[in-house]
Amino acid sequence: MSMFEQLANRDRVFEFLAPAASPVDVRHGPILYLEDVNVSFDGFKAINNLNLTIDDGELRCIIGPNGAGKTTMMDIITGKTRPDTGSVWFGSRHNLLTMNEPDIASLGIGRKFQKPTVFEALTVFENLELAMAADKRIFPTLTAIMKPEYRDRIDEVLDMIKLKTLRDKPAGILSHGQKQWLEIGMLLMQKPRLLLVDEPVAGMTEQEMERTAELLTSLAGKQSVVVVEHDMGFVRSIARQVTVLHQGSVLAEGTMDQVSNDPEVIKVYLGEEA
Amino acid sequence: MGILRSLLSLRLASLLVLLMAIAAPAFSQTEEDPGQALLANLADASPRQMDAAIEAIVNSGDPRARSWLDAFGNNRLSRNKDTGQVVVVLRNVGRDWTIADPLTGENLGEISRRELDRVNINNAIRGKLEGVLAMLDLYSTNPEIQRAAAEAMMGKVNEPVIEPLNKLLEQDLPPRVRDRLELAVAIYQLEQGDAQAKAEAITVLTGSLHSRARAALNNAVAGDDPAIAASAKAALVSIEQKLKMNRAAETLYFGLSLGSVLVLAAIGLAITFGVMGVINMAHGELIMLGAYTTWGMQQLLPGQPGLALILSIPAGFMVAALAGIAIERSVIQYLKGRPLETLLATFGISLILQQLVRTVISPLNRSVTTPEWMSGSLVINDALSLTLNRLYVIGFALVVFAGLMLIMRKTRLGLEVRAVTQNRAMARSMGIKATRVDIMTFALGSGVAGLAGVALSQITNVGPNLGQNYIIDSFMVVVFGGVGNLWGTLVAGLTLGTINQILEPWAGAVLAKIMVLVMIILFIQKRPKGLFPQKGRAAEG
Amino acid sequence: MTSSQNWLFRPFQERSTQIFLGVLITALIVVTFLHLFMPQDSALHVSAYTVTLLGKYLCYALLAVAVDLVWGYLGILSLGHGAFFALGGYAMGMYLMRQIGDRGTYGDPILPDFMVFLNWQELPWYWLGFDMAWFAFIMVLLAPGLLALVFGFLAFRSRVTGVYLSIITQALTFALMLAFFRNEMGFGGNNGLTDFRDILGFNLRSDATRLGLFIATGIALALGYIICRAIVTSKLGRVSVACRDAEARTRFLGYRVERVQLFVFVISAMLAGVAGALYVPQVGIINPSEFSPLFSIEIVVWVALGGRATLYGAVIGAILVNYAKTVFTGVMPDAWLFALGALFVLVTVFLPKGIAGLLQKRKKAENDDDPATAQEATA
Repeated sequence: MSMFEQLANRDRVFEFLAPAASPVDVRHGPILYLEDVNVSFDGFKAINNLNLTIDDGELRCIIGPNGAGKTTMMDIITGKTRPDTGSVWFGSRHNLLTMNEPDIASLGIGRKFQKPTVFEALTVFENLELAMAADKRIFPTLTAIMKPEYRDRIDEVLDMIKLKTLRDKPAGILSHGQKQWLEIGMLLMQKPRLLLVDEPVAGMTEQEMERTAELLTSLAGKQSVVVVEHDMGFVRSIARQVTVLHQGSVLAEGTMDQVSNDPEVIKVYLGEEA
Repeated sequence: MGILRSLLSLRLASLLVLLMAIAAPAFSQTEEDPGQALLANLADASPRQMDAAIEAIVNSGDPRARSWLDAFGNNRLSRNKDTGQVVVVLRNVGRDWTIADPLTGENLGEISRRELDRVNINNAIRGKLEGVLAMLDLYSTNPEIQRAAAEAMMGKVNEPVIEPLNKLLEQDLPPRVRDRLELAVAIYQLEQGDAQAKAEAITVLTGSLHSRARAALNNAVAGDDPAIAASAKAALVSIEQKLKMNRAAETLYFGLSLGSVLVLAAIGLAITFGVMGVINMAHGELIMLGAYTTWGMQQLLPGQPGLALILSIPAGFMVAALAGIAIERSVIQYLKGRPLETLLATFGISLILQQLVRTVISPLNRSVTTPEWMSGSLVINDALSLTLNRLYVIGFALVVFAGLMLIMRKTRLGLEVRAVTQNRAMARSMGIKATRVDIMTFALGSGVAGLAGVALSQITNVGPNLGQNYIIDSFMVVVFGGVGNLWGTLVAGLTLGTINQILEPWAGAVLAKIMVLVMIILFIQKRPKGLFPQKGRAAEG
Repeated sequence: MTSSQNWLFRPFQERSTQIFLGVLITALIVVTFLHLFMPQDSALHVSAYTVTLLGKYLCYALLAVAVDLVWGYLGILSLGHGAFFALGGYAMGMYLMRQIGDRGTYGDPILPDFMVFLNWQELPWYWLGFDMAWFAFIMVLLAPGLLALVFGFLAFRSRVTGVYLSIITQALTFALMLAFFRNEMGFGGNNGLTDFRDILGFNLRSDATRLGLFIATGIALALGYIICRAIVTSKLGRVSVACRDAEARTRFLGYRVERVQLFVFVISAMLAGVAGALYVPQVGIINPSEFSPLFSIEIVVWVALGGRATLYGAVIGAILVNYAKTVFTGVMPDAWLFALGALFVLVTVFLPKGIAGLLQKRKKAENDDDPATAQEATA
């Protein structure tokens, strides 16, 4: 390595900073806290007095019929949509309403979209490379160098999401389920404190679903995970705590058993399933 | 004074006779024409006898009296030295002059000017004659002539006509004629009258926007009577204020007129771009096709510009709509979901269409005739008149807008268009033929561009670059108004037009245009989705 | 792909860059040789006129590379790159104008002819400093760079992308064109800046200077190409592609998309400015028509024909289209707009990946397991 390279290599600085990258203060309770949030689109109330708290290390499932406001809620947390009123806190220190998407992302909130969104023109490896926790400012990104330890870490995740054989193929050729996994893998590369996962098993086979359930449960504890899902079987297999959204506010909260016996819930949601 | 007295003595009955004479056929050749004697009398009269000779002509009630007196006043009445015939000189250039028979109007050919003896008129008589002619017209029952005569009186009132004018004012007159005459008298009084008459005149002139009234008041301000000067000044101030309002109204009118042109040009784009998401850079050339259709129609129907224009409305729509369909089928359908490529391809089409017109028709501008009922202007008051063609364009724009609104809101097509826009797959599964809807929408948007072209042909040059001049403006209007929102396009178009006209007087046309462009660029920073954005999750996609 | 090499040296490892530089340098040497050492009457002799014409093509090629950088890799279709090109050109033109000194028609040592003609008494403040070459050359980068910075900052911050951005870039260049047409702006109005005499002391009309400018343009193109290549092969290049294909996703990964866009946009504008600056001394004039929206959109079709997101495709496209233009306007000028219009349509409909796409397809058929081709071709 030349002198110049050593000087130009700012990634090294990052490793010292790494612990500070997630300065979330959870000493005083929940990692995510939404209070009295309201959003309306042209008079239609998408979110109506929503209150929600997620504890550190919790795995929470959120269910609800179409239009219940699940995706809009995720948009609010990640800074894509600004609520009309209400407050959203990440830990007890960060007011998410004052931040934009990249800030929120680098604070440690990762998001998987409902429709799997990967960079189709890039290879699977490159997708993970971009997601990797790193200094994401312009010049560090321009001069970034692929170090062996990064490569190892990416390969580790590739193993986890079973895409090792497709490592150098463009992500565009992946199947729907593989894209879902790649996106989960990208989340893992980000090392987030809080994962927002929107419909992770849509388009997956039974086997893939099991594996995903395993993956998500293994993450809980170290990281907080919020899963929005339609598939009741899947929810039942991973859920400890379930929140039911209906017309933009919380209808019921509790374990899967409690929730599925709630008469209100049966009426608006589970009733249709049965 | 003889003639004037006799003029006043003209009773209604004699006026009627005069009118009927106008309608009556010309005297037959065999009969002795009484006009001959009248003219001979005039030609022979000594300066002292002129009054009587003119009086005789006026009193004759002859319909040709006006033309004779006109010719006389203009030194065009001459006598043929050989035959003694009184003739009208049509052309008095060179050695040989062209003459005509004042009785029949027949052209008598050329004659050496030496053969002619001019019927002389002195300035005193000419001054009186002007008054007489104006008075003659003031009694006309043709409201146009009467009004024009009243208009001509402004600032021309002199001592001999003041008395008859005052008499005339006692009669029943159309309000506009009365207004004019009162002003004319007041201006005279302000200049010539005594102190009291001057004070009264100022009261009458207060509030008048006529330039001569202002000139008279300005003179009065400079005059030596301080009281009159002060009140004249006050009158001027109030007039100045009124003028300002009128100027503002005029700017607004020009703004609305420019705005409605922008709306017309942009509204078709609002459909193809806003509703279908297709960037059609050839939209301007579709406008151009509409304008050329008008031109072509007028070539087909020479001498009937009005009919041609009316027929151009459906024809322009059809031509542009068919061209639009051709573009959609041949190119755009293959570029679905690739807006940037669509932009490039349609730009290519616009180049081809422009060059086609240059090659086939001409690289030069073509002139399109404005039919009579669209030329001229609507006079609101002395300081404000609205040109009719622009008024028609404003009306036309509003009608087109209303029509489009109706189509989008109330018809099956509109419903299907909105369905396909919002969810193509779902609409298809419900049995809507999305391809057909695409074609129809594009044809509609293109057809409206054609209509814009028909309208534009009336207010601007029709040439190969016509469309190019409007395309960027049109896109700005659509973006400014909010894509997919027809109301937004209307408001944006009218707003931008008005802002442009407000800026123009003190910034100049080019700078005003630049400022508007920069303003829109800045505006888009603040509100990327325009004035009336679509909200919600669907709009994000 | 992802290399542990320093980012600036990465391009040299790529075969496409090696080939490109090889061809470019060979062409420069061959043209120089044929111009200098072949007798005038030989069929192989390259005249000074042709050298300048080739130099012009190379300027366009650099401009096309700049456009490809933002369009191909960032997905920003700029219809206003002609404005950056023209600004660079004007900066150079102002320098050349001041170099005329008192040799102008009116013989004023300070004021350019058109200012004397307009009865101006002194030089406008923004003309100060342009008598110094170093200052002018900095302005060649700074003027377009600053415009791109301000415009891009405003546009990207409020997330104006896609066709909206295309349209307002077009409005931008249109507004600038109108502005530069005005005499009051102090840039020569309609006629622009012309009648240049010399550059850095060399007579612009001499064959040697022309050859020198041609070679300088070739070197600028090579450098510009390497800079662009270094960017697109870096992690930042991959982030650009990510922004192009899934802007929201990139943001949720923690990248500041608007800054990536701004950075690349400004670099691209500066390259366009350099191209303009080299263009002006070779054609001998700069006027507001370079700001015309038609010119800007023409650049885009060069890139589209050559093939997006390859950079070398942009060079091929620029040279081919402009060669065709030279031939057409000489033989049948009326047909050129037809041909250009048809080119727009045919390329977008039938050749979305351009000539480079054809080349890659061929390469892929030969060498089926190269993932890079499939990756780069997806747009």
